[in-house]
Amino acid sequence: MRELTYWQAISEATVQCMAEDPTVLVLGEGVDDHKGTFGTTKTAFERYGAARVVDVPNSENACAGIAIGAAANGMRPLVVHTRADFMFLAMDALVNLAAKWRYMYGDQGGAPVVTRGVVGRGWGQGATHSQSPHATFGHYAGLYVATPASPADAKGLLVQALRGDTPVVLIENRNLYPMTGPVPEEPEPVPFGVGRIARAGDDVTVVAASLMVAEALRAADQLATRGVGVEVVDVRSIRPLDERIICESVARTGRLVVADTSWARYGFAAEVAAVVAETVPEALRAPVRRVTLPDCPAPVSWPLEEAFHPGADEIVEACLALVGDRRGELPRLTSAAAGFHGPY
Amino acid sequence: MTAAPADTVPAPVPADGAAPTGPEPAGPEAALIRDMVRIRCVEEELCDRYRDDQEMRTPTHFSIGQEATAVGVAAATGPDDLVYTGHRSHAPYLAMGGDLRAMVAELYGRESGCARGRGGSIHLVDRSAGFAGSAAILGEMISVAVGAGWSAALRGRPQVALTFFGDGATEEGVFHEAVNFAQVHRVPVVFLCENNLYSISSPLGQRQPAGSTITDRVTAYGLWARSVDGNDVYAVRAAARAAVQRCRTGAGPAFLELHTYRWREHVGPGWDHDHGYRSREEIDAWMARCPIRRAVEVARPTQPGLDDWVREWERRYRAEVRDAVRVARAAAWPPVSTLVDGAYGAGR
Ligand SMILES: Cc1ncc(C[n+]2csc(CCOP(=O)(O)OP(=O)(O)O)c2C)c(N)n1
Repeated sequence: MRELTYWQAISEATVQCMAEDPTVLVLGEGVDDHKGTFGTTKTAFERYGAARVVDVPNSENACAGIAIGAAANGMRPLVVHTRADFMFLAMDALVNLAAKWRYMYGDQGGAPVVTRGVVGRGWGQGATHSQSPHATFGHYAGLYVATPASPADAKGLLVQALRGDTPVVLIENRNLYPMTGPVPEEPEPVPFGVGRIARAGDDVTVVAASLMVAEALRAADQLATRGVGVEVVDVRSIRPLDERIICESVARTGRLVVADTSWARYGFAAEVAAVVAETVPEALRAPVRRVTLPDCPAPVSWPLEEAFHPGADEIVEACLALVGDRRGELPRLTSAAAGFHGPY
Repeated sequence: MTAAPADTVPAPVPADGAAPTGPEPAGPEAALIRDMVRIRCVEEELCDRYRDDQEMRTPTHFSIGQEATAVGVAAATGPDDLVYTGHRSHAPYLAMGGDLRAMVAELYGRESGCARGRGGSIHLVDRSAGFAGSAAILGEMISVAVGAGWSAALRGRPQVALTFFGDGATEEGVFHEAVNFAQVHRVPVVFLCENNLYSISSPLGQRQPAGSTITDRVTAYGLWARSVDGNDVYAVRAAARAAVQRCRTGAGPAFLELHTYRWREHVGPGWDHDHGYRSREEIDAWMARCPIRRAVEVARPTQPGLDDWVREWERRYRAEVRDAVRVARAAAWPPVSTLVDGAYGAGR
């Protein structure tokens, strides 16, 4: 299969969905500019112009509501935020309306608005420009929330989102954009709630979301040299969550590490741990380990930012602790995102 | 990276020349020019360092070309007044007298930075200078400034809050909510819109209705609102004085739309006229209206030796910022052991 980058896969999904469905609209600040939202909206704008790829004023709250109104009235709006943090201004509309619309009006139709939020992590993006709000949105019943980790899923989940009847939040980590992988030419949907085994192994299960899947794979490579078999579960969507794939894996390995790009408390990692504790408590041969952010906002200063974001190295440590092994001569790993350069 | 536009337009301040012979110009007009020259020098030097060192790992929004708004407004403030800004924060910080070394150290992520390296370019703060904070989410500080001004009024203090933001921020709901509240409650707050025509690469005409202005919309809320040439530092100062004066007398909030232009790209040090969203001609036309050059032209007849002094100031401030960069780069990083310190206050 041909390979695409993650951003190319998103662009291709957008263009193909716009071609097959004339009600698909792209809305966002600067979606028409020379950068084209990290390249993801560039081709769509070139092909469909300002009538369907719409540069909006700086009004995230209103735009979310406008998209919901359009969706409830038969359109397929895809709203794009260059930083997922800006979605907090859209929170009222997304949580109080989009998530609840179908249910609170007695299942007479929903508001299937699709929202893409980019996590701007890296190069000192700081406290309000690099947080990943997937767990925040995942908390509310009525929304689907996905964190695509591969180019194929970036395409497939977006296609599914634009065809399905449920409002969807897609969280993309910008460090994933340059990564490549095989992507089907056709707009094949990837369903929500179906995880994938990104790598098989028998000793430790690492359940990961978003960029942490890449980190977990690098950790697994290194641990394989030590004879430790790491199974990496990419959940793809955090709501609905594929509980079965998680529990089956843990039932086999007996050990669980959850790796997330956000904080531990009340987050994705807490949820996965709870699911395992509820479903297969007898399977755990060791306590669950969470690899998550420290309990502070994101700092700007270079060494602090490096220390703030966990990566492959922390996953290695957690896995070794669970199998009762020491690091020994294994070299330290840099983050999969380490090559990122500014200025932004 | 593209070359600077307007190779033909002379730099606003020539780089070398005779050392001044007469005394340093005194008085408020000269101070305005001097402060603008200082900000220009600091920002140009930081642009170069940002591009060449790759060490300032914090997205920077420069105000080169917009110095008159910050300097003119700061000249109208008193020692107890508070300034809040959005992301384009360096110029107001420096105009208010914010500590240069602490700002540069912050951009370099050092412990000696004004936010101890935690905040970066978009979270500058220097409370002792009345620069009360800056934030990167559009419009976020506008309502905060209203709260600050309101609290001053509630406690009977003659303090005024001022807040800088761009034309793009006026599209956010919070701008309208804050303006409305301020007018209803007669809050001593001055709203300062630096209208530089762009929101990143989106031109104003693509975002706001033709045939209307930001000033008109604010006027409809009943505020005292003025539209001002933001590249004329004297006009900015006069309007800001009137606005602050109204606040001090309890007449309620004021709004200034300051028409100006940024020379560099939205974020970062580059020139960006070849990206198709604005033309080189447009940038050249605005550079010809350089706020420093214009202020010098007005003051020249009454200030003998002014041009020599401008050159001298440039030398002085280039040296000052280079020194600040040197000190910052030699300064200690925040210890990683302190990573989570400061997330919570004392007590439970
Ligand atoms: C809520 C929110 N939405 C979007 C952004 C992204 N953003 C950062 S600066 C900017 C443009 C702002 O334009 P303007 O307010 O005119 O200020 P200028 O940069 O021109 O000084 C945008 C859209 C943001 N920081 N916050």
